[in-house]
Amino acid sequence: MSESVAAPRPITVSLSEIEDDSPSAMSCGRIGMFCLIIAESAIFAIFVVAYVFYLGRSLSGPTPRDVLEVPVVNTICLLSSSATISMAVRSLRKGQKKRFVAWWSATLVLGIEFLVGTGLEWRHLIQDAGLTISTNLFGTTYFSLVGLHAAHVLVGLALLLVVLLLSLSKAVGTEHADRVEVLALYWHFVDVIWVVVFTVVYLVGR
Amino acid sequence: MKPASIQATVGSRDYSVKERSEQPSSVAAIVHSWITTVDHKRLGIMYLMFAMLFLGIGGVEAMLIRLQLAKPDSHLVGPETFNRLFTLHGTTMIFLAAMPFVFGFGNFLIPLMIGARDLAFPRLNAFGFWLTVFGGLLLYYSLIGGEGMAGAGSAPDVGWFAYSPLTARAFSKGHSTDYWILGVMVGGFGSIATAINLITSILCLRCPGMTLMKMPLLAWLYLVVSGMVLLAIGPLTAAQIMLLLDRYLGSHFFDVQAGGSAVLWMHFFWIFGHPEVYVLVLPAFAFASEIIPVFSRKAIFGYPAMVAATVAIGFVGLSVWAHHMFAVGMSAISNTFFAISTMMVAVPTGIKIFNWIGTMWGGRIRYATPMLFSLAFLIQFLIAGLTGIMLSAAPFDWQLTDSYFVVAHFHYVIVGAIVFMIFAAVYYWYPKATGRMLDERLGRWHFILFLVGFHLTFDTMHLPGVLGMPRRIYAYGAERGWGTLNLICTVGAVVQGAATLIFVLNVVRSLRTGVIAGNDPWDAWTLEWSTSSPPPEYNFSTVPKVKSRRPLWDLKHPDDPDSHYE
Repeated sequence: MSESVAAPRPITVSLSEIEDDSPSAMSCGRIGMFCLIIAESAIFAIFVVAYVFYLGRSLSGPTPRDVLEVPVVNTICLLSSSATISMAVRSLRKGQKKRFVAWWSATLVLGIEFLVGTGLEWRHLIQDAGLTISTNLFGTTYFSLVGLHAAHVLVGLALLLVVLLLSLSKAVGTEHADRVEVLALYWHFVDVIWVVVFTVVYLVGR
Repeated sequence: MKPASIQATVGSRDYSVKERSEQPSSVAAIVHSWITTVDHKRLGIMYLMFAMLFLGIGGVEAMLIRLQLAKPDSHLVGPETFNRLFTLHGTTMIFLAAMPFVFGFGNFLIPLMIGARDLAFPRLNAFGFWLTVFGGLLLYYSLIGGEGMAGAGSAPDVGWFAYSPLTARAFSKGHSTDYWILGVMVGGFGSIATAINLITSILCLRCPGMTLMKMPLLAWLYLVVSGMVLLAIGPLTAAQIMLLLDRYLGSHFFDVQAGGSAVLWMHFFWIFGHPEVYVLVLPAFAFASEIIPVFSRKAIFGYPAMVAATVAIGFVGLSVWAHHMFAVGMSAISNTFFAISTMMVAVPTGIKIFNWIGTMWGGRIRYATPMLFSLAFLIQFLIAGLTGIMLSAAPFDWQLTDSYFVVAHFHYVIVGAIVFMIFAAVYYWYPKATGRMLDERLGRWHFILFLVGFHLTFDTMHLPGVLGMPRRIYAYGAERGWGTLNLICTVGAVVQGAATLIFVLNVVRSLRTGVIAGNDPWDAWTLEWSTSSPPPEYNFSTVPKVKSRRPLWDLKHPDDPDSHYE
């Protein structure tokens, strides 16, 4: 049997009549990142629920009040890194590449400070307070929730570093501002999650 | 000012001949081109082949289960093997067959139906597919080398919902449970990647003129499905991370002796598990919403109500999970809440059923194979919904929970609705994917046999449940009187297996011998039928512009376009 091919038939439409709400101006990258953020939020929500559910249910010490100290410096650093990354994106949009690199590096340094601070806090908890993930329910939920967040900071830092290296080799230009902004969205998300973790772990739970 | 009228050709030239001549000749080159592809159509087809493979594997497991239960006091397989069989059967069918079917059709159809040339992130799409494959390999690797050495392995045996504390190290030694966790988790990441891709494509890449309310219903349903995937997979992933921490770092999430809670796992699992049911059944609705109008020769009845009902099912479906846990002993308030929210799902679902019937009402119905499966779906899904409402009443559920009545109910949903619509969708879109029609005569045999087998098995299966037969027992005494009913179930399973073999034969044979389909064999109305079969790599030679929900109707009937009525 021979291949039968229908003749192309034109659709005649009047372009001015077409109501067009196709969001071509909206960046795919941004929508994709928002979707990822929704999915990640669902994961964090479950860990937060577990933390709250097990508050005060540990069968043995230490309790949060015994050993946790409010990480003020860490929090200030991480939250201000949201401001610096916004400044970086804004500089890139204006074509000020040196300012972009400066603000971007500042973000990276602030993020690293947060991670080092968390590491020191964990060392204190493990060595001095004798709290590990297997000590009691507090240890279980604390290390997993804060650890999950720290893992996201680590991923963010790796991506920030890639962009920094690319921009140092002059590969990042104004035309990449939209893409860089998508990464900035992720970084803001990591910050917002920290606000939730901070509130639950250090304010409500302590 | 724009010109008053411009001509836009909805690409309908046939590129397939040229495509074929450009195809690499050697087998290695062909395999290489498929493995490295980022084309949504090829990835979609690979998803579907992957799903077919695991439908077969899961089907063999089901057959072994049914053979074991065919007569009382049977010793065909031992109790350990039986536990592994039902665990693998459930996990395989949900995560490695049903989900890949859903995403396979989504991948293949969404860009074609919204007039796009590919999904928004083609490489992410390939990444998601290969993660799914890797997840499947991880799960089944436990059979052959799960304990660390080749030949030393055992399948997971904790059931597909892997209740705690059965999954604790003390009760689940070795690594089979770890492979269950990792396989499902990795596949879950793939699902999230694909869901992100589908949402972004639907929101970003629609062709000019296609407003949200002019999308094919299939796109609407996949939008809601993808949203539910985003919200539902995360909780399962989180719970599985906790379980891994429990098993390897000695944490106490689900460790009752240290104050942990086994019920918390149930909540986390079903926060995933129930939306997952809608993730699987909404695509079945999507296929029905495309197929029933075309074979009734009428536009879908009540499009806005269908959209609203879909979104409503999405919302309510997220808040019904604990109806799986009535027997655990929750508070009266929780029981009431989850009973009522579960019953509420029946309202938007009922709207959908009425609208499908309204679409057929007064239509000129063509009883081709896709329509036959769709009609069976309508009736069977109604029955599945009715037993669902019965089970949503907490006191009724206390009596029948974990009995074969429940097994019959959810197989009625998954086989009677989802599998039937998957078959319908394959018969409907196979010509688009391959350029050839499936054989109608074999299709009818497939339909009749599968219908008879399905009803033999799953109608009958309600009865041993009511008579007290619990699920997941590997043998039962003759004095219980369940023997004949179970034998009938097994006979039905064999008939379904035979029908599926006919289907496979049809799919393979029609690749060579099927009637050439042409662009639009069903005289349908959505954009995928405007391009060649199979479509060229770039789908449309020029980006189509649409004015109504049925652009090809407008094309074929310029005197009476839909846009006058919408």
